[in-house]
Amino acid sequence: MKLPRRLTMMGGVALAAGAAMPARAQLTIDMTRPSFEPVPIAIVDFKGDSVGAQMAGVIRNDLQNSGLFRVIPQGSYIQQNVDATSPPQFPSWRQIGAAGLVVGQVVQSGGNIKVDFRLWDVVVGQQATGLSFTSQPSNWRRLAHIIADAIYKRVTGEEGYFDTRVAYVSESGPGNNRTKRIAIMDQDGANNRYITDGRTIALTPRFSPTLQEIVYMAYGENNTPPRVYLQNVDSGRRELLGNFPGMSFAPRFSPDGTKVVMSISADGNSDLYEMDVRGRQLRRLTNTPAIDTSPCYSNDGTQIVFNSDRGGAQQLYVMSSGGGGERRISFGEGRYATPVWSPRGDFIAFTKISSGGFGIGVMRPDGSGERTLASGFLVEGPTWAPNGRVIMFFRGQPSGGGRAGAVTLHQVDITGRFERQVPTPTDASDPAWSPLIPQ
Amino acid sequence: MRMIKAWMAMAAMVVVAACSSNTNDQQASAATTSVAPGSVGDFRQNVGDRVFFDTDMSTINDEGRQTLNRQAEWLKKYSNYQVTIEGHCDERGTREYNLALGERRANSARQYLIAQGVPAARLKTISYGKERPDPVGSDEAAWARNRRAVSALQ
Repeated sequence: MKLPRRLTMMGGVALAAGAAMPARAQLTIDMTRPSFEPVPIAIVDFKGDSVGAQMAGVIRNDLQNSGLFRVIPQGSYIQQNVDATSPPQFPSWRQIGAAGLVVGQVVQSGGNIKVDFRLWDVVVGQQATGLSFTSQPSNWRRLAHIIADAIYKRVTGEEGYFDTRVAYVSESGPGNNRTKRIAIMDQDGANNRYITDGRTIALTPRFSPTLQEIVYMAYGENNTPPRVYLQNVDSGRRELLGNFPGMSFAPRFSPDGTKVVMSISADGNSDLYEMDVRGRQLRRLTNTPAIDTSPCYSNDGTQIVFNSDRGGAQQLYVMSSGGGGERRISFGEGRYATPVWSPRGDFIAFTKISSGGFGIGVMRPDGSGERTLASGFLVEGPTWAPNGRVIMFFRGQPSGGGRAGAVTLHQVDITGRFERQVPTPTDASDPAWSPLIPQ
Repeated sequence: MRMIKAWMAMAAMVVVAACSSNTNDQQASAATTSVAPGSVGDFRQNVGDRVFFDTDMSTINDEGRQTLNRQAEWLKKYSNYQVTIEGHCDERGTREYNLALGERRANSARQYLIAQGVPAARLKTISYGKERPDPVGSDEAAWARNRRAVSALQ
């Protein structure tokens, strides 16, 4: 896919308008505050081309789903035919309670589309941000996500996460013999496609930093043990990442994409190893009779967090990325699993299993400040949005009457306030959020 | 219990001896004891193809030892079979940890069978973690049946 080419960025052009009204709503939000109201925002269908209305729809959906915005229904808009480039009638937008107004236009130009958008600060009465892009028409969804990211960044001060993908395990079929195959979709559920054919169980996909490859584990034909595969997403070409006599599983890329850490089991015991992706040299990182698995590099690549039952029950440990210096960081009640280091380094998300059920939580890398963000019969497998402010995970319902309980993807912000289900064509588990797609 | 099973196995032998080779499903379901000695059905019914584990454990308990003792005797008698020992877990663990725990369980059963004299070369292991529940269910009874190592004959 040809990536959108950013042409110009027309940021912060102040267009003098009337004196600022006493601001009830504001076009900024501090998402770390204990409570806040979502920012009310109006998003007009982009003019100039039929795809403009679809783009506005994608942007509305992204912002509404973040929990930080309240998209004002189009039927209540007073000003019709808002010009895409000149200032709107601010009073009419204030009247319906909008703090922000998004307008845009799409122009066909030499086989490409040129998209301009502006975010107006209705409260202050001036332009807050604006961007212009040229790209192939088939990229219209990506352009809409990039615009939603720009709006999110201007309002929250955080990087957006809408121009991203999610790899996950698609599940279907009877409970005792489920088909489990790797799928990739856009963050909002669009453009779903399957990466493995479902003939054998495939689990735990993870993106490389460039999104060109994924690693995952899959069983072999005739029920031979699971092994780790590296697969090019576009060509489909896949290769075995090391041919070991026992099971290899739980692969994760290093932040620079040059290494993969994984578990390899021998004689029933699972330890952590690191493999150089290009040279395929293998380096042993742990050597204990315990189960050492679910590793994850720190955002700077210097440390690895993993879970181990070396102390009796499953707990979280951190070690240096070359192995050594292992120390336990989880000390609460229950078992801790699947630690995932935030891309911004400030938190580690995890699955917690206690007598009451499962929970998704976060703690600081030193183990302090533990908080629960979601809980239930089964919640498992957190993965971070690239801005480190939103987590996706999966929920499972109890099985009954021989039927498997539903499994679904969910996202929750780091405060635990807004949880929503992420739509998928089939039952879904084990999400892995990609970095921002390179532009 | 064990006596009864041994007696049934003998009864099965008598029945089978009276018939010609009969391994089709219809006959097997018509009379549950009519499995040929040395058949997969014989192993499952009269020996027991699976052992069970406590929560988060991979040690073989007393009942498991009895089952594995029977498996070892049977496998030594019928030496044409290869065995893949499948390790499984209940659903109350995380996916990757359960893959490792299932491997541990399969390996425990394998080591026990080797100690009873079954050649190591005949015994492979594979872990299914919590991916292949049998039975499918979310209560204590189902979980107890799912913490298992199953000896599958090839």
